[in-house]
Amino acid sequence: MKKWNLIIDVAKCENCHNCTLATKDEHDGNSFPGYAAEQPRHGADWVKIERKVRGEGTMVEANYQVTMCNHCDDAPCVKAGDGSVKKRDDGIVIIDPDKARGRKDLVDVCPHKAIWWNEELQLPQIWIFDAHLLDQGWKQPRCAQSCPTKAIEAVKILDSEMSALVEKENLRVQNPEFGTKPRVYYKNLHLMDTEFLGGCVLYDNNGTTDCVEDAKVTLLKDGNSIATTATDFFGDFKFDGLAADSGEYTIEVSHPTQGQAAITATFSQSRYINDILLQV
Amino acid sequence: PDGCTRLTTNTNGGPMFVYVKDNKIVRMTPIDFDDSDAESWTIKARGKTFTPLRQGVINPHAQGLKSTVYSDKRILYPMKRVDFDPNGERNPQNRGKSGYERISWEEATDIVANEIKRQRKVHGPGSIAMAFGSHHQWGNVGYYLSALLRFGNLIGFTRVVPNPDSWEGWYWGAMHHFGNSMRVGIPGHYGLVEDCLKEAEMIVFWSSDPESTNGYASGLEGTQRRFWAKELGIDFVHIDPNLNATAQLYGGRWIPVKPGTDPALAIAIMNVWVNEDLYDKDYVEGRTTGFDEWKAYLLGEEDGVPKTPEWQEKETGVQAHVVRALARAWGKKKTYLAAGGLGTGFGGACRNATGSQWARNMILMMAMQGWGKPGVNFGNLQAGTPLDHYFYFPGYAEGGISGELNFTACAVNNYQRMPHVLTMNPVKQMIPRQRLADAIVNGKASGYIWDGSSAEAQFAEFQYPMPGYSPVHMIYRYGSSSFGTIANSDRWVDMYRHDSLECVVNQSIWLEGEAEFADIILPACTSFERYDISDWGNSGGYIHHNTDQLNHRTVVFQHKCIEPLGESKSDYDIFTAVLNKLGLGAMFTEGCSELDWCKRVFESSDLPNYVSWKKFIKKGYHVIPPAPENLRTPAYFRWFAEDRFKDVPEPMPLPSQWSDIAGKGLQTPSGKIEFVSTTIQRNDPNNPERPALNRYVPSWEGTQTTELYDKYPLQLLTSHSRYTFHTYGDGKDSTLNDIPDHRVCIDGYYYWVLRMNPIDARARGLQHHDLVRVHNGRGSVVCAVDVSPLMAPGTLKSWESCAEVDLFEDPRFGRVDRGGSLNLLTPERPQVKNTEGMGSNSCLVEVEKWSYANEELVRA
Ligand SMILES: Nc1nc2c(c(=O)[nH]1)N[C@H]1C(S)=C(S)[C@@H](COP(=O)(O)OP(=O)(O)OC[C@H]3O[C@@H](n4cnc5c(=O)[nH]c(N)nc54)[C@H](O)[C@@H]3O)O[C@H]1N2
Ligand SMILES: Nc1nc2c(c(=O)[nH]1)N[C@H]1C(S)=C(S)[C@@H](COP(=O)(O)OP(=O)(O)OC[C@H]3O[C@@H](n4cnc5c(=O)[nH]c(N)nc54)[C@H](O)[C@@H]3O)O[C@H]1N2
Ligand code: SF4
Ligand code: SF4
Ligand SMILES: [Ca+2]
Ligand SMILES: [Ca+2]
Ligand SMILES: [Mo+4]
Repeated sequence: MKKWNLIIDVAKCENCHNCTLATKDEHDGNSFPGYAAEQPRHGADWVKIERKVRGEGTMVEANYQVTMCNHCDDAPCVKAGDGSVKKRDDGIVIIDPDKARGRKDLVDVCPHKAIWWNEELQLPQIWIFDAHLLDQGWKQPRCAQSCPTKAIEAVKILDSEMSALVEKENLRVQNPEFGTKPRVYYKNLHLMDTEFLGGCVLYDNNGTTDCVEDAKVTLLKDGNSIATTATDFFGDFKFDGLAADSGEYTIEVSHPTQGQAAITATFSQSRYINDILLQV
Repeated sequence: PDGCTRLTTNTNGGPMFVYVKDNKIVRMTPIDFDDSDAESWTIKARGKTFTPLRQGVINPHAQGLKSTVYSDKRILYPMKRVDFDPNGERNPQNRGKSGYERISWEEATDIVANEIKRQRKVHGPGSIAMAFGSHHQWGNVGYYLSALLRFGNLIGFTRVVPNPDSWEGWYWGAMHHFGNSMRVGIPGHYGLVEDCLKEAEMIVFWSSDPESTNGYASGLEGTQRRFWAKELGIDFVHIDPNLNATAQLYGGRWIPVKPGTDPALAIAIMNVWVNEDLYDKDYVEGRTTGFDEWKAYLLGEEDGVPKTPEWQEKETGVQAHVVRALARAWGKKKTYLAAGGLGTGFGGACRNATGSQWARNMILMMAMQGWGKPGVNFGNLQAGTPLDHYFYFPGYAEGGISGELNFTACAVNNYQRMPHVLTMNPVKQMIPRQRLADAIVNGKASGYIWDGSSAEAQFAEFQYPMPGYSPVHMIYRYGSSSFGTIANSDRWVDMYRHDSLECVVNQSIWLEGEAEFADIILPACTSFERYDISDWGNSGGYIHHNTDQLNHRTVVFQHKCIEPLGESKSDYDIFTAVLNKLGLGAMFTEGCSELDWCKRVFESSDLPNYVSWKKFIKKGYHVIPPAPENLRTPAYFRWFAEDRFKDVPEPMPLPSQWSDIAGKGLQTPSGKIEFVSTTIQRNDPNNPERPALNRYVPSWEGTQTTELYDKYPLQLLTSHSRYTFHTYGDGKDSTLNDIPDHRVCIDGYYYWVLRMNPIDARARGLQHHDLVRVHNGRGSVVCAVDVSPLMAPGTLKSWESCAEVDLFEDPRFGRVDRGGSLNLLTPERPQVKNTEGMGSNSCLVEVEKWSYANEELVRA
């Protein structure tokens, strides 16, 4: 049985919000019996975007993660729903807009905080993968169709094929520790949950300061080299994928003609060391 | 399958399918092209092959439009201000305060028609001013340059003339170094997507955020092309006080610069090029004039101050070594300069105090690097796709049904192709748009005209009032955007309450702040409630071949998807109703409905060569095939670099404007790029703010205006909104309000967002999403603060085009707006003496934490 999955590439998401707006466009003012009642125009972000800003000075990034109901295979909401929440054969989870009326308790059941409480209708609601459209032959949900960079991709494949894809493309899910087996996968999720260490390498060029291009930069942890890179023409380098608050690191920089430098620093979150001056 | 009918529409953010059921819009989606649509183009570069996505990629402001149709701000019936009696007390002092009562269309059109007659009898021609924005819902029939101008010409009106808002520094400055007046002083773009992908090694984005503004009216079509550039390893650099959306998406070195100091940075880069021999000497020698003088200035031979990277450091905040690194890379690599969101122009930096210096420097830099040679050009892959340039369909600036030959580009094609009754406004009196309030309050104003026919037209000053005409006593306002988009718009409050204004009519779709200053409100409907027809992205006129930002050129039938809501009517029908009462209805309509006009537009175009009217309406759109590969246009300016006859399809400059043989060289008197401008030397020789040699003159509202800076030490940018097209999608209870980078809901109210660096926030004790009062001598606006290092310290950024204005009396601070109209705080001073350019994109402010006073809110 082929089932639906969503693959979201954090590196391709530009925070344009076409996905959140397309979802609202679909559900604001429209009810689809058996699938979902109307979404309130404001406040209920069935599809939501989280921002993570990393860095300081001139080495700063903003990364965005689209989140929504994960259509988990081992979903606490289905278990707690007493038949009001169903898992379809194609993997999609639907909170029945009639049967689930009054079930505010379900909101807290979802560890991913993906259930929204519709106060007016007294209804727990989620992003339904636009199952009502897929059932009519649409090839993808609205959020994927409207996405300009195709950062969101919906695929209907066998679970075994999906596992292979996860392996091959290094996909991750949100909070695997909850054990709910999400069907929404992420590429480049490290942009959201790791930190970087960057810097700028300079040297004294007969009295003026200049950037050093092509300096070799080594990152050491506990005396062991864990990564190497080179500076660009602005003298900048960056080591990504470090854990927050991961203690002391040493950076060693060397250039064949312009000298070397070493810095040791405690690392809590993303940093940009602006002024690493080489000494000959 | 679900009983919906799938219709089509076109918007400022791209074409869309509209699914309709039972006279209700169910959904609006981007258009996925199908197999029967024309093939897409392919570009081969460095061993890779690139073909665009087969979809019309839209903007967020398009994706949110359904919610603006079904908005509680829609005006559903005509209204009259309760204390406005056309035959008795008019109470102008209460405009914006007193409420409204519903009236019938009969009564509304009677009042308006009678007032027009009264104005003409009592005051004479000129007493009615018409004021409208720079943009409109997409279309050709219902556009302001179309139906509105036809209406205006038939009643006669004082023209509120726009300043070249999108272009400013390019028009008043850059043009004088290289011509291109018909493009308002910006470069063209032909063939540049292919050239950039094949040749360029670096793109410098300077005041350029195409992911937010995407050139103009072209959806997010350019995005995929910039990903191709990354794939090819082209380096990106971003010069902007804000790590903007483009820099966020693609990465690349961020060079935050203090607003308005960019000219100093540019000059220092050029200084390095001279000192280190990193410029194109042959090009400078053969294709430019005046370089020796410029070089002397750069090296300090003129004034004893060498313009080195160290010289600019304190001014711009950019470290000298960064400037040198950039200058060296730029000198060595084939570089595209992306100036402004379009890449070939615009940019917030062209709309501030030093805007014309900046734009001028952009041209001079490219002149030093061999502009037009392979891989050396303006652009950011936003414009210059290989589309068909010979297919004709009118753009909106061609005037639609206006019959106006002078103030639209109607005369170029439209008039001959779609003969229609000419109309003409006999009133020659004009008021500059930025000076409307002063004209009413002070009774006089002056300005300079925006006219692209020559480089010289802009030097003539004009005066209001003009001999022979009446001063203005009535304003017919179309739309409601002034508070959000006009500099120091606080002046508008006083204008609307001035007792010389006997009547204010507002014809709007939504009841937004400015509409509520009218005496009579006429409810227009949205473009989804009437017929229209259009070419995606085709503005025509001054942005010739703007469609080159698209991946697929797409002509769209704009269906009347639903009946007008409430008693609202199309603007066309409103104009007809008013004109019927003046005996001019038939002259206006020529007996045509809007649908008839759509058919006339269709028949005037080349589209009938591809598809029948019936089939076109049924499918709703038609994709025009791209140019065959062997007929693609050459890269822009290559002809100039190689000193050949011009070989790109832009019919400009006007024939008389070539100083040498037509088709060779440029529009400048020398026919070359002029480092020292002859047209400035000739026409404005003693203007210290616009010297013929582009010396650095610090901003008149920046870090060097010490007295002001001490009081208001933060530089505020008001850039174009990413999520709304100007005021069009903002407010209105639209879904855009839920985007945290657009508005933030705090205690049930949606506040405008102000971006601030953590250092500045800490210094003021501010936390993320605190409410703050942004203020200076011009007023106060309440915003929610977004604290992050995406903003450089000392600078703030917000969006310019707020639709809401919500003014109330704060017992502590006087009149405060909590709608977010930051243009209340921007300077109205022309950016450069002897011009009418706005310099409002950067101003000085202070910010402090704000909370509601204990008293109840009183409308101000
Ligand atoms: N500080 C600062 N200010 C700026 C800028 C900046 O960068 N900084 N940018 C400037 C630039 S480039 C521009 S182009 C201007 C834009 O400024 P404006 O042109 O003032 O802004 P718009 O929102 O396009 O205004 C259009 C108005 O027409 C109305 N309208 C649209 N369609 C229809 C219709 O079919 N019928 C009726 N009756 N009304 C309609 C809209 O509701 C809106 O009120 O702003 C300028 N202002
Ligand atoms: N979504 C959307 N798209 C639009 C529009 C819209 O309203 N919304 N408007 C359309 C119109 S009419 C126009 S004219 C174009 C305008 O397009 P642009 O003029 O290119 O847009 P802006 O946002 O004014 O400026 C672009 C960038 O310049 C930066 N900037 C501002 N001041 C300075 C400065 O002093 N120095 C430097 N280096 N950078 C600076 C801003 O941070 C911003 O990132 O956009 C068009 N596209
Ligand atoms: S539409 Fe795509 S790019 Fe835009 S915010 Fe959503 S996922 Fe990101
Ligand atoms: S994300 Fe939450 S609501 Fe969605 S399926 Fe999993 S547990 Fe249920
Ligand atoms: Ca990113
Ligand atoms: Ca170069
Ligand atoms: Mo503009």
